[in-house]
Amino acid sequence: MASGSTTPIAVTARADASALPGLIKDAGLFALVTLGLCVPIVSYRTDLGQGIGLVITSRWGTVFALCAAIFVLRFLQQLYLTGRTRRRAAHAPVAEGASRLAAILSPITLGIALTLPLLAALGAGSLGEGRYWIDLGILILTYVMLGWGLNIVVGLAGLLDLGYVAFYAVGAYSYALLSTVFGLSFWVCLPLAGLFAAAFGVLLGFPVLRLRGDYLAIVTLAFGEIIRLVLINWTDFSGGSAGISSIPRVSFFGLPFTAGENGFAATFGLAFNPMHRLVFLYYLILVLALVTNLVTLRMRRLPLGRAWEALREDEIACRSLGIDTTITKLTAFALGAMFAGFAGSFFAVRQAFVSPESFNFLESAIILAIVVLGGMGSQIGVAIAAIVMVGGPELLRNLGFLKAVFGEGFDPSEYRLLLFGLAMVAMMVFRPRGLISERTPSVTIAERAR
Amino acid sequence: MSVAGINVLVEETRALQAAQTKAPLLDVRGVSAYYGSIQALKGVDLHVKEGEIVALIGANGAGKSTLMMTIFGQPQARTGSITYAGRDITRMATHEIARLNIAQSPEGRRIFSRMSVRENLQMGAAVHGGRHFAEDLERMCVLFPRLKERLDQRGGTMSGGEQQMLAIARALMSRPKLLMLDEPSLGLAPLIVKQIFSAVRELNEREGLTVFIVEQNAYHALKLAHRGYVMVTGAVTMSGTGRELLDDPQVKAAYLEGGQH
Ligand SMILES: Nc1ncnc2c1ncn2[C@@H]1O[C@H](COP(=O)(O)OP(=O)(O)O)[C@@H](O)[C@H]1O
Ligand SMILES: [Mg+2]
Repeated sequence: MASGSTTPIAVTARADASALPGLIKDAGLFALVTLGLCVPIVSYRTDLGQGIGLVITSRWGTVFALCAAIFVLRFLQQLYLTGRTRRRAAHAPVAEGASRLAAILSPITLGIALTLPLLAALGAGSLGEGRYWIDLGILILTYVMLGWGLNIVVGLAGLLDLGYVAFYAVGAYSYALLSTVFGLSFWVCLPLAGLFAAAFGVLLGFPVLRLRGDYLAIVTLAFGEIIRLVLINWTDFSGGSAGISSIPRVSFFGLPFTAGENGFAATFGLAFNPMHRLVFLYYLILVLALVTNLVTLRMRRLPLGRAWEALREDEIACRSLGIDTTITKLTAFALGAMFAGFAGSFFAVRQAFVSPESFNFLESAIILAIVVLGGMGSQIGVAIAAIVMVGGPELLRNLGFLKAVFGEGFDPSEYRLLLFGLAMVAMMVFRPRGLISERTPSVTIAERAR
Repeated sequence: MSVAGINVLVEETRALQAAQTKAPLLDVRGVSAYYGSIQALKGVDLHVKEGEIVALIGANGAGKSTLMMTIFGQPQARTGSITYAGRDITRMATHEIARLNIAQSPEGRRIFSRMSVRENLQMGAAVHGGRHFAEDLERMCVLFPRLKERLDQRGGTMSGGEQQMLAIARALMSRPKLLMLDEPSLGLAPLIVKQIFSAVRELNEREGLTVFIVEQNAYHALKLAHRGYVMVTGAVTMSGTGRELLDDPQVKAAYLEGGQH
């Protein structure tokens, strides 16, 4: 097996090298055609001048950018297509290139995630100046966690849930209300928020037990909207659209992050720095996300987790094999919802403010897009998709040259949805089964000794 | 108590035991089933005794698969009763029936195509929580050597014959007393059909497995079976030993025309 799998790689590499000039030529041709099309259409623009005449502005920068983009895209497409035909020719068993890629990416991603505050501090000069990166890291990790949570429901159990954000909202409001009304601490509220969300998961699960596919999607979508509308309209309970503010901040297991002498910094003999709390929040969401991941990985090896995956493939076969599909579905809903509840209470403690606006359908759609783009069931795929979907638009905002190309008024974050759409279309063309589409079996030969 | 009295008691006990062993393992009585308002089964009577191979033959659409699924509780029988090992299972949920030592290889095989062969077999062992998994996996590899080479291959990438073997092996992983097979020969090359049928016969002879097999391939099924039933549009019209049915002129005309002799 080992020797059998190394040879094709070597062959692939050699073939790629020999095909390179051809690929460049092909991509160059495409760029040339683009140039030809651009000259009459894009390169000059006529504006009304001050007087009666028209003023011609040249836009060769845009033309060049378009040609370059076409070149790169065509090149990548060809590279991918030749690779794909070759992969199809070599009928490899279950695990192949994709999972090897995942094996390389996982430790790198994890390493960066673990050291991000340090990297940000070093890169930006000081912790305070690295704040942007840590904030971004927290945002991304929140979506990674939500993606992994939804992955249990959609990716593993195959139950299309369009209202996942409802559980996120339940978690957030659980903490917001329990802490402001009853004065409970975050560490008490966190498990409670998970439990409440799980209970809502079961609540949603019961009526939809018999539904599949489109019908399930519609009902879950409605469920998400119901929760949001209740939060908006039940003003006495949730504060309505004004939301709930001045939610207590997170503490270091009881020690507040304040400058006082009972604070975190004083207790540990550190100089007070407001960034401590942010770094702590970062590691908190990192741990929460990793717990989500570990639980999912563990579940996949347990009979229940395997039953989820089997359920996704064939419900009738599952029942004939003695699997109680009711329990199986409800546990998937409950567990997925529980992690959303955790993430929700984290969201509330970080923002110190919650309002129904944060839990609209678009959030559900983004989380679902992360799972779908990630490859429905692949853990590292979901993480990468979250980084791309959430971090991508943020980074775009900082790319100065885009302003140079598209003009001063250009704000890339306004094009976020357009980019989502483009990313989706590109995915459907290039990787219709998601970034990391190969599913790794949960048992392999080595494990049989267990 | 007198000696004669004891003798009477012993004899009575023996008679009772004999009656119990004679009672069929699976007893289907007057079962009718519907899909919405369409009646698919019209008062079916049949039984399978322990250690037997029983074949049910009939044309396409006769209701054979429906009967098998009705025994498994989906759809449930509207009238009549289904008894398995002395228990009334007519109104039981499918997954509970599956936990009573009945296993099936359903129509269309229904293997988990994204899962590896090994994982498919693991799903079959779910009723026991995988307690005898390693041992049973070994048994399946002996029974179907083809599967042994493909344990880590995705189920969906295997040939039709291999998938059928997997479906049967998966059913056997639950250590059933009664195995129900729905058209195991469908779409397979004659050589593969032979392999599968001989594996079934071996299981029956060596381990005493009771088998209920639904087939359109009447010739092979009746040769394999001890007894057989013929089903026409939702009702059993004929029954007898495998030999009797094979020799019956009506069966010959309807199901063995141009058959593989
Ligand atoms: N899920 C279903 N819904 C409605 N009608 C069905 C369904 N399954 C089977 N039928 C109908 O029931 C009858 C018996 O079908 P089936 O049991 O599959 O026959 P067989 O297995 O003998 O070929 C057929 O007329 C078929 O059209
Ligand atoms: Mg059928």
